[in-house]
Amino acid sequence: MSEAIRYEHVDICYGEKQVITDCSFSVQEGEILGIVGESGSGKSTLIKAAMGLLGNTGVVTRGDIWYKGKDLPDLTPRELRRLCGSELAMIFQMAGSSFCPIRTVSDQLFEFVKEHKKTTRSEVEEAAADLFEKFGFQDPKRILKSYPFELSGGMQQRVGIAAAMLLKPRILLADEPTSALDVTTQKQVVEEMLMVRETFGTTILLVTHNIGVVRAMSDKMLVLQNGASMEYGMTKEVLAEPQSSYTRKLLSAVPVLRR
Amino acid sequence: MEPILQVEHLTKVFHSRGREPYTAVSDVSFSLYPGETLAVIGESGSGKTTVVNMITRLLDASEGTIILNGQDITRQKPKNMKEAYRNMQMVFQTPVESFNPRHTLGDGIAESLINHGMKKKEAMAEAVQLLAQCGLEAEFADRYPHEVSGGQCQRAAIARAIAIKPKLLILDEATSALDVTVQEEVLNLLTRLKSELHMSYLFICHDIALVQQFCDRVLVMYKGKIIEEGIPDEVIRHPREDYTRNLIDSVL
Repeated sequence: MSEAIRYEHVDICYGEKQVITDCSFSVQEGEILGIVGESGSGKSTLIKAAMGLLGNTGVVTRGDIWYKGKDLPDLTPRELRRLCGSELAMIFQMAGSSFCPIRTVSDQLFEFVKEHKKTTRSEVEEAAADLFEKFGFQDPKRILKSYPFELSGGMQQRVGIAAAMLLKPRILLADEPTSALDVTTQKQVVEEMLMVRETFGTTILLVTHNIGVVRAMSDKMLVLQNGASMEYGMTKEVLAEPQSSYTRKLLSAVPVLRR
Repeated sequence: MEPILQVEHLTKVFHSRGREPYTAVSDVSFSLYPGETLAVIGESGSGKTTVVNMITRLLDASEGTIILNGQDITRQKPKNMKEAYRNMQMVFQTPVESFNPRHTLGDGIAESLINHGMKKKEAMAEAVQLLAQCGLEAEFADRYPHEVSGGQCQRAAIARAIAIKPKLLILDEATSALDVTVQEEVLNLLTRLKSELHMSYLFICHDIALVQQFCDRVLVMYKGKIIEEGIPDEVIRHPREDYTRNLIDSVL
């Protein structure tokens, strides 16, 4: 197994304010890393940095993010642009609001794919329908013809993941993909992401505050507090025997269902 | 023992032009007794919040009755609701949005006291007391909602809700927007306040594990109806309905 992405001593600042301090980890191909922490701990910032989505004031001030021998923060916007979508893809908490509300799913998928390669509309629709079928969606054709608001929140999220997978990216960055969902739909989305890994061997960096989702999905986990890594290791081991006192505090605060 | 809140055959039908009438809540009945914490769980769209909005009279019920502390408030005129609100207060999901952004937290808390007849100066002093009771220092009275964290703001919202010593506190997803560590702090606060002030809680939530830890009884709602009711441990271990079982099995 080879390495998919590696963070080395990364510091990130928004203006004067440092939000990530000396973060290092590496993710193997096909591995799922769960990044957990409280709001404001910098977990979203950490994965957004890979795609250069830190806004006007956010800068990686120290360290490197290595992908295929390239340091992502050092790439020109043009070079980075080429990687984003086709090799690195991102899904957000509210997939529904990252779609354009006044155009159909099919329109938007076509536009998205044609940015990266020469294609025709029917090719895209066929590929999308195939993918939807693989993920067990009922009636893929109807989904393609729908406007985003005609789909439920869970369905929007699942279509968002399928859309991100159309170009078969090597790395999927997921920012709180299940946080806005009910437990039942949350489970479907988790299953879909596991299927993504199974089908395409995709590496997934998953940011969430839901320890249950991390337990169900990730191979390794990273615990962040105030921008610093508190603990990093195999998910099973961290959950069973947390070493840092912060991780213990975080885990003990999670209500656990006694069945 | 008389229930503090009794809801009978509560129904809400929404009518909008050009569409079939939509029944959001259908024939919901339950009672809440003094000192009890009653949970309502169910997925989004199951009608939990609509039930709460009818009880607090933010929405008018289409059918059914709501009896609060022995008084029928179903058709009470808004101007006569003041007495009812003395018995019933709410805490909402997004604390920052539930405060007026142009008032300090202290003003927000004092407002309800002043509305119930207290002098402004006394009310401000009382607000500081209430903040202290909820674990916030006096300086928070001068802060604006956007200047504090979500957890701190939720504590202030609880301080505001308990200001006029209600008998019933309605918590509509009051901890859903908070981190688990902050959620734990807020729940500890609620547990302490409940025994200090002898309140009853109506706790709307979608986190079943949390309900098991915090509540005495649980109602499961699905498509606008109550489909199951019982003690959380029993409902979780021996659900009678397939929907409840599915809900419990989905918890990761």
